Amino acid sequence: MRRPKRLRSLWLLAALGVLTLLMLVSITIGSREVGWDDIFAALGGAADGFDRAAVATRIPRTLLAVVAGAALGMSGAVMQGVTRNPLADPGILGVNVGAALAVVSGMAYFGLSSATSMIWVAIVGAGATALFVYTIGSLGRGGSTPLKLALAGAATSAALASFVTAVVLPRNDIAGSVRSWQIGGVGGATMENIRVVAPFLIVGFVLSFLSARALNALALGDDLAAGLGERVAVARGAAAIGAVVLCGAVTAVAGPIGFVGLVVPHACRLLVGVDHRWLLPFSAVLGAALLTGADVIGRIIARPAEIDVGILTALIGAPVFIYIVRRRKVREL
Amino acid sequence: MSLLATHPTGSTAQAVAESRARRRIRRRTVITVLALLIVAGYLVSLMVGQTNYSPADVLRVVFGQDVPGAGFTVGRLRLPRATLAVLAGLCFGLGGVTFQTMLRNPLASPDIIGISSGASAAAAFSIIVLGYGSTAVSIVAIVSGLVVALAIYALAYKGGVAGTRLILIGIGVAAMLDSMTAYVLSQAAEWDLQVAMRWLTGSLNGSSWTQTLPVFVALLVLAPVLLGQSRNLSMSQLGDDTASALGVRVERSRVIMIIAAVGLIAFATAAAGPIAFVAFLAGPIASRIVGPGVSLLVPAALVGALLVLVGDFAGQYAFGTRFPVGVVTGVLGAPYLIYLIIRTNRAGGSL
Repeated sequence: MRRPKRLRSLWLLAALGVLTLLMLVSITIGSREVGWDDIFAALGGAADGFDRAAVATRIPRTLLAVVAGAALGMSGAVMQGVTRNPLADPGILGVNVGAALAVVSGMAYFGLSSATSMIWVAIVGAGATALFVYTIGSLGRGGSTPLKLALAGAATSAALASFVTAVVLPRNDIAGSVRSWQIGGVGGATMENIRVVAPFLIVGFVLSFLSARALNALALGDDLAAGLGERVAVARGAAAIGAVVLCGAVTAVAGPIGFVGLVVPHACRLLVGVDHRWLLPFSAVLGAALLTGADVIGRIIARPAEIDVGILTALIGAPVFIYIVRRRKVREL
Repeated sequence: MSLLATHPTGSTAQAVAESRARRRIRRRTVITVLALLIVAGYLVSLMVGQTNYSPADVLRVVFGQDVPGAGFTVGRLRLPRATLAVLAGLCFGLGGVTFQTMLRNPLASPDIIGISSGASAAAAFSIIVLGYGSTAVSIVAIVSGLVVALAIYALAYKGGVAGTRLILIGIGVAAMLDSMTAYVLSQAAEWDLQVAMRWLTGSLNGSSWTQTLPVFVALLVLAPVLLGQSRNLSMSQLGDDTASALGVRVERSRVIMIIAAVGLIAFATAAAGPIAFVAFLAGPIASRIVGPGVSLLVPAALVGALLVLVGDFAGQYAFGTRFPVGVVTGVLGAPYLIYLIIRTNRAGGSL
């Protein structure tokens, strides 16, 4: 299905416009009403007084939502490309729980507390789990069918989650911070956090984006891709590492945020088609827009409290997941 | 094959009959051994603890005499706890194996496909947001377990229910419900949080007869229903088309089995929390012990009871900290679970 280039560019511009708008909304709207002059002052760097200080905390928060959403959207698109599986998503592949177990063990047994070490640990945990789930999900006849992959992911998540409980239960001192991390949100964002993950995210984005051409070839099947001169194993490995670094780093700072990586690429495919050179950047933009929008909604609907963005994305994403499953023929599951 | 080889002149029918008889004997032996183990475990968990009592004391308490000291510890603390362990284990085992057999996939147990998540989310909500007491929480958990199961069934219905679609939709629903549970927990006050967490991990702490009785009644009513469906259940393993050709009303018997199995799970969950992986592990373990070709319902129920009983006992005394039973079964079950995934995907088979 070819789409005219003009149309794709228009969609991309529109998505960027929506994202910019949402970022503005995210900075202006919160549980506290703030006047425009204070907002502009805060954007200029002032943080004196309640109103300006409130706006000043919204800036890193918005930035993290944008970055995390972009990373998750792109990571999902790459994973679906690498596995050729429509349900591949960091959450479904158990990446979140894997990162959680690694972080929790690090806190409990090795006294880890610095942000950088946590990110490394989370990435390792995420990568190991994703690899494990994908491997066992693709054993046997038919390769990685959606059913096998989803079951392997769900079962592995359940298994790892009970390890997390066992680690946390006797440790009242870390239980609180683990629990708040486990929900997944961008509310606690600081510029410091963002600065720590930035290098990881840049590496992830670059690796993922460079593998776009290879993913197009892989979509034709391994044999054809090899025939087209693609080194299949290398291409697949590089793309997978990029995707895992992206979602692992995001999970480390923002906690598990599910379903963004599942929903966004599906929506993007409807709009710009299946060419990964377009799909990947578009997924990133739309993912950022989705997460920023969800964060704003979470601040509005529960005033003066907030609903963390990880919960909203699950509420939005699970119905989409069910829709995708229902639409496919039984044979394809 | 070896059977046929040993009867070079005998008829095949005779060989089949013999192997059937052998399997029946094996199943009966396994059931007897499991039942004896449960009785032994039950008695041990009544006798052994911080203070130990002699079998004679325990028996006198069980038969209603008042023994100083033992009367309280055994009669009020250990007896309801051990009884609930056995009953909940039976429920989980029976419910779990029904789902696994019906959906022809050992990974499709109620704790993976969202039924336990429904009960858990509702319980967390009613403990933390509504501030309900334990009875009300149980009722809410039971009702919402059933509602969620039926919702999953309805969502998976598209000119008939395919097992694969049911499993996938269950996983999606579970993800949504789990995130709601996480949100509710994040809003909790410290005391409510402890109650809710204890409930969510699955624990027999503070068991009483008022919790145990409903589980007993549910088992009494629903277990015969499931056992009565066991023929349909084993035929449904041949595939929906074959089963309906053999005279099974597939959709009807599936709805009956789902309601009965979910009922058992929901009542047990309401009393003891979703004890991790018992529903999941009982069936596959039973099938390894009993072997192929016989009904797994009773052996799986017994394995479930044994798992909960032993898990609870180990959780209380085997480690430095007292772990609730759900953590013990979860951690011990996880490696077996992963082994099971690998094996299932390799072989592509059912239980």
